[in-house]
Amino acid sequence: MTVDWSARLHVVTGKGGTGKTSVAASLALALARDGNRTLLVEVEGRQGIAQLFGLDPLPYEERRIATAPGGGEVRALAVDAEAALLEYLDMFYKLGAAGRALRKVGAIDFATTIAPGLRDVLLTGKAKEATTRSVNGRRAYHAVVVDAPPTGRIGRFLNVTAETARLAKMGPIKTQSDGVAALLRSPITSVHVVTLLEEMPVQETLDAIMELEQLGIPVGNVIVNNARPPLLAGGRPTQAELRRGLAAAGLPTDRATVAGLHAEAKGYLARRELEDSLRAELAELDRPLIELPQLPGGITRHGLDVLADTLLR
Amino acid sequence: MSADLDVDAILADPGSRIIVCCGAGGVGKTTTAAAVALRAAERHGRRTVVLTIDPAKRLAQSLGLSELDNTPRQVKGIDTEATGGELHAMMLDMKRTFDDVVLAHTDPQRAQEIFANPFYAAMSSTFSGTQEYMAMEKLGQLRARDEWDLIVVDTPPSRSALDFLDAPARLARFLDGKMLRLLLAPAKAGGKSVFSLVTASFGVFSRVVQKVLGAQLLTDLSGFVAALDSMFGGFRQRAEQTYRILQDKETAFLLVAAPEPDAIREAAYFAQRLREDRMPLAGLVLNRMHASSAPGLSAADSLAAAEALAESGESPATVDALRIHAALTEQAEREQRVAARFTTSFPTVPTVVVMAQPADVHDVDGLRSIGEALA
Repeated sequence: MTVDWSARLHVVTGKGGTGKTSVAASLALALARDGNRTLLVEVEGRQGIAQLFGLDPLPYEERRIATAPGGGEVRALAVDAEAALLEYLDMFYKLGAAGRALRKVGAIDFATTIAPGLRDVLLTGKAKEATTRSVNGRRAYHAVVVDAPPTGRIGRFLNVTAETARLAKMGPIKTQSDGVAALLRSPITSVHVVTLLEEMPVQETLDAIMELEQLGIPVGNVIVNNARPPLLAGGRPTQAELRRGLAAAGLPTDRATVAGLHAEAKGYLARRELEDSLRAELAELDRPLIELPQLPGGITRHGLDVLADTLLR
Repeated sequence: MSADLDVDAILADPGSRIIVCCGAGGVGKTTTAAAVALRAAERHGRRTVVLTIDPAKRLAQSLGLSELDNTPRQVKGIDTEATGGELHAMMLDMKRTFDDVVLAHTDPQRAQEIFANPFYAAMSSTFSGTQEYMAMEKLGQLRARDEWDLIVVDTPPSRSALDFLDAPARLARFLDGKMLRLLLAPAKAGGKSVFSLVTASFGVFSRVVQKVLGAQLLTDLSGFVAALDSMFGGFRQRAEQTYRILQDKETAFLLVAAPEPDAIREAAYFAQRLREDRMPLAGLVLNRMHASSAPGLSAADSLAAAEALAESGESPATVDALRIHAALTEQAEREQRVAARFTTSFPTVPTVVVMAQPADVHDVDGLRSIGEALA
């Protein structure tokens, strides 16, 4: 299957620790090439984007955090449910000072606490608003990329109608969540799952994709992060062979070094075998599979560009 | 480098009754908790129970946990003959634990009203702190039963490692909060519903609430609030009790971290927080560390040699072996640097290193070897 980035709202999920924030960021950079503008959205208040780009904590405000080749730019937004609710109320009810009063008595904290579904509607609602916003008859953003909650919570996060329908059977919240639900089930949206070639992340990837399919939410690409280059295609070398090779390279050939390298090669191949079987499980999903290389220098801006290149390839 | 953490000393001490494994998500807390509990039973002959939150399927199966039934079951097929210990395991059922709390604090009819309310359904299954709160509630229950020598708890995969310390208090505060009081006021004053408020005290506010949330939602909410009213005191009291258990010297916190920047940062926050709250941090488990098997050969030398060798066309297998060695050496060095961010900030916190296992652990043998590594 071929990799497809034609959606306008990209939701990036994955088990915690798989690097979904850096994948989301590199996707936003990739889609900003050719002079486009993209928005990278964070919804969990972790300030992961700021940390990734080495910036001060992001406010609830869209601001440029990076430029891309061809005059493109990436803006970032850390959505805060409370601020989103106030903005929303203001838009529809012209609240002004009353809104601030609501915040003061703790009403907003209260509302988003007692009805966590409400919180998710506000967060996804903001992503919808940015995705569909137009400025002077043109789309404000070529694409919106959401650094979403992890696989364990993604179904609930995106299944906004069900969560709010339990609580609000009519009224503006219901209308709002219906609108968000429709967008999330349309081809405008695509949910991408980031995984590592490790057991738990792969299992959670399979589970999350099944859940999203059942919810009717479009699943896009599966992204294997931190993939290691395939080495030792010829199988495990003998110690004698390593000794000859080390001698030819002018390196020490003492027993400890030879045995050490031999053990490391063995460990690598064992790991590799496990990775291959996990890769095969992912292939059975019959979804586009992208492998992002391990970045030797850690995650830097250059590293993100390397990942962006790979995503577009 | 910090002192070595002696997990065996903790497990052998009859004075230690509770071990809490905490840390960021995905660092191996559940596996560590299970390994510690198994070792306590097998090596130290203790009657142990391990409370897991969301174990991987195969790990759960290896402990004989096929269903989430919220009661401890004895784990069979472990080797306790020499010591006479026992291992029991359970998985937390958040909803059922919440139901039990409600039943314990109110009469059956009230309880049924609460269970039927849509807000209760939403809150008991999705409130962001419920899992954390219920884990602590369950810990309190297990401790109160006094059936076990040692209780080992895994903590929920929270967004932040601190959530499980804060959630109980947050939930209690919430249930006891100003907003609920406001909404409840008319019910208490004999009013039939919250709508008397609309015309009365806080006009703009309730109009907006009603407009945005809808009337039906408010009716449900005021019903929920009224039904929960009888439990306010209970909730807060229980949260406070659990907090005290956590501060007791019979408790030991094991902070688990993988050598990744996020996990280490969380671990540092957590250690700081435990110190502030006067909770006993026993030490840090640095999980999933890597080490080179040929420490005499540097990453730079082996990469340079690999390049030269590749050019000469000799021994491609050695070229690859050198590349593998260079990558592993770099990884091990990076992990050391990341881990040092914690150990330099908290030089007095004892530390134990557990090397990365070749495959995920999902049987008793695997848990046993983690236990060996911890000791």
